[in-house]
Amino acid sequence: MATPSEPARRGDEPPGRDPARDPSPPGEASRRLRRIEWDAITGVMMREVINFGAAWKQGVFASTVQPVVYLLAFGLGFGQLVHRVDGHDYIDYVSTGTVATAVLFSTAFNAMFGSFVKREFQRTYDAILSTPVDVEELVTAEVLWLAVRGGLFGSVPILVGIAFGLDPAWTTIFVPLVAMLTGFGFAASGTLISAVVGSIDDFSYVTSALFTPLFLVAGTFFPLTGLPLAFRILAELNPLHHCVELVRDCTFGDVDPTDLARVGALVLFAALMWWGAVDRTRRRLIA
Amino acid sequence: MTRTLPCVASALSVTALRKSFGSVHAVAGLDLDVPEGTCVGLLGPNGAGKSTTMRMLTGQTRPDSGEISVLGFRLPRESKQARAQMGVVPQLDNLDTTLSARDNLRIFARLYRVPAAERDAAVARGLEIARLTARADAVVTALSGGMRRRLLIARALLHGPRLLLLDEPTVGLDPQVRQELWAMIDGLRTEGTSILMTTHYIEEAERLADTVTIVAAGEAVDEGPPAELVARHAGREVREVYGPPARLEEVEGAARAAGFSTRRTGTSVAILGAEGAGDRLPEGETRASRLEDVFVKLTGEEVA
Ligand SMILES: Nc1ncnc2c1ncn2[C@@H]1O[C@H](COP(=O)(O)OP(=O)(O)OP(=O)(O)O)[C@@H](O)[C@H]1O
Ligand SMILES: [Mg+2]
Repeated sequence: MATPSEPARRGDEPPGRDPARDPSPPGEASRRLRRIEWDAITGVMMREVINFGAAWKQGVFASTVQPVVYLLAFGLGFGQLVHRVDGHDYIDYVSTGTVATAVLFSTAFNAMFGSFVKREFQRTYDAILSTPVDVEELVTAEVLWLAVRGGLFGSVPILVGIAFGLDPAWTTIFVPLVAMLTGFGFAASGTLISAVVGSIDDFSYVTSALFTPLFLVAGTFFPLTGLPLAFRILAELNPLHHCVELVRDCTFGDVDPTDLARVGALVLFAALMWWGAVDRTRRRLIA
Repeated sequence: MTRTLPCVASALSVTALRKSFGSVHAVAGLDLDVPEGTCVGLLGPNGAGKSTTMRMLTGQTRPDSGEISVLGFRLPRESKQARAQMGVVPQLDNLDTTLSARDNLRIFARLYRVPAAERDAAVARGLEIARLTARADAVVTALSGGMRRRLLIARALLHGPRLLLLDEPTVGLDPQVRQELWAMIDGLRTEGTSILMTTHYIEEAERLADTVTIVAAGEAVDEGPPAELVARHAGREVREVYGPPARLEEVEGAARAAGFSTRRTGTSVAILGAEGAGDRLPEGETRASRLEDVFVKLTGEEVA
């Protein structure tokens, strides 16, 4: 322990003031803290980035192996029966569709479990909220980080697809952005769900009743055009479906005006989920 | 933004604060004041509402009613501004266990908005305060309980806060480390930092606190400088009478009949304010009154 005579803090202390004599530091009056501050967001993200430094290999592994497994299982397996779907090689169809799956897995699941553990078990969120960081900033930072990470990992299936012979159009450069936008919405959904459930075991209900159907009825492995009308309408409410379609249109180079509407739908989804996640997390953290 | 400060500069003041969790009245009309540059000790038994009060001071728990002003900011509305100048040591360790000591400090230096150019120095100083410079890159799970506690305290000091909230800062530390910490806390106070501290160690409150507020069931029972509280409630001397349970009951009855207050300490009865009582009281060992006697008398709780 530093004894009082040691340079514990005075002298080179950050804001350079003496609390005893100056109860209202000038710096504070002029630098009023805003509702959402970039410093707070990067501070919270830095924690994730440092942790990621230790775990990126697992992330890369999971995001690469998973699409390869799907490509082998569906692309090569089904590929023997089905050669072309919607005018594309089935294997290309699957590798582009798997982007959405990879995004879902790397964002929603991480957000659900991660935020639950940090809130309930590690009390990390409690520690962060005792500093000048509010729930909006905390949630935004966590979701944004997962979105960026999910956007990059989620694009790996395209690279795998290329290795299997996919020929990408120049618009493929938008795929990571589409993946990030989708990832933002799903990371926020995961955070929202985590703030609503009673225990960590409840996540299995969510996984089987919500995420599995979303992932299956997104047009990842088979086109939805053959499905009954009700399903096709439901699919239009599925953000993953919009992600799948956008990624395909970008990679195959047939972007059209409906894609703008799909982007709009994903933005709306992201905004709603963010708002819900902030609101519910606040209720859970600030009693 | 201009800000009017109260006439008597208060680092922190709380009026008629209330907070219930269902039917549990955790804080029930608490008044509390920490003048600038002083150390106030909150002393109270388990469940008295000390931690709940601390959480309301950082805006992490919403009061049902009452006024809170911290460093001139009104809470909960301006709690973010208040937190920027406040350091918090929670009762339960919430360090990032997967990260090193250094990384824990680096992250908090950022969260506390220490300017980029000063962050490295702040972290180095924090490691020094925690005496962890040599173990800076050790992951938190590899540190001992005492080291973790020290890191937790160093983390709260990174930004040179004007107000420190310490919720049982020395719990689980060995006496030597506790003494060092006391010296440090005392040093901070001398330099002008205002401190609100809860503790279960009466000696800690006696040594560090300028004033002590004794809380029971969410309310302040009495407050004042330790010596004053002792004089008020336990006089100068205490007479301690030992004996079998039946004898103790007898002594208790006699003392109370003579108008003295008593407290049980397991094997004995302590009669408070016994100076000058002579043989009006049963014979026993005489000792100086302590804050502990006051605590037990006012809260009805035994000290561990
Ligand atoms: N989030 C919560 N939900 C329900 N009850 C709570 C909550 N937080 C505190 N309480 C209750 O409020 C009361 C006061 O708790 P608090 O933690 O403030 O006590 P304390 O004085 O800090 O005790 P200790 O000395 O044991 O730390 C207790 O009865 C506790 O069970
Ligand atoms: Mg407590």
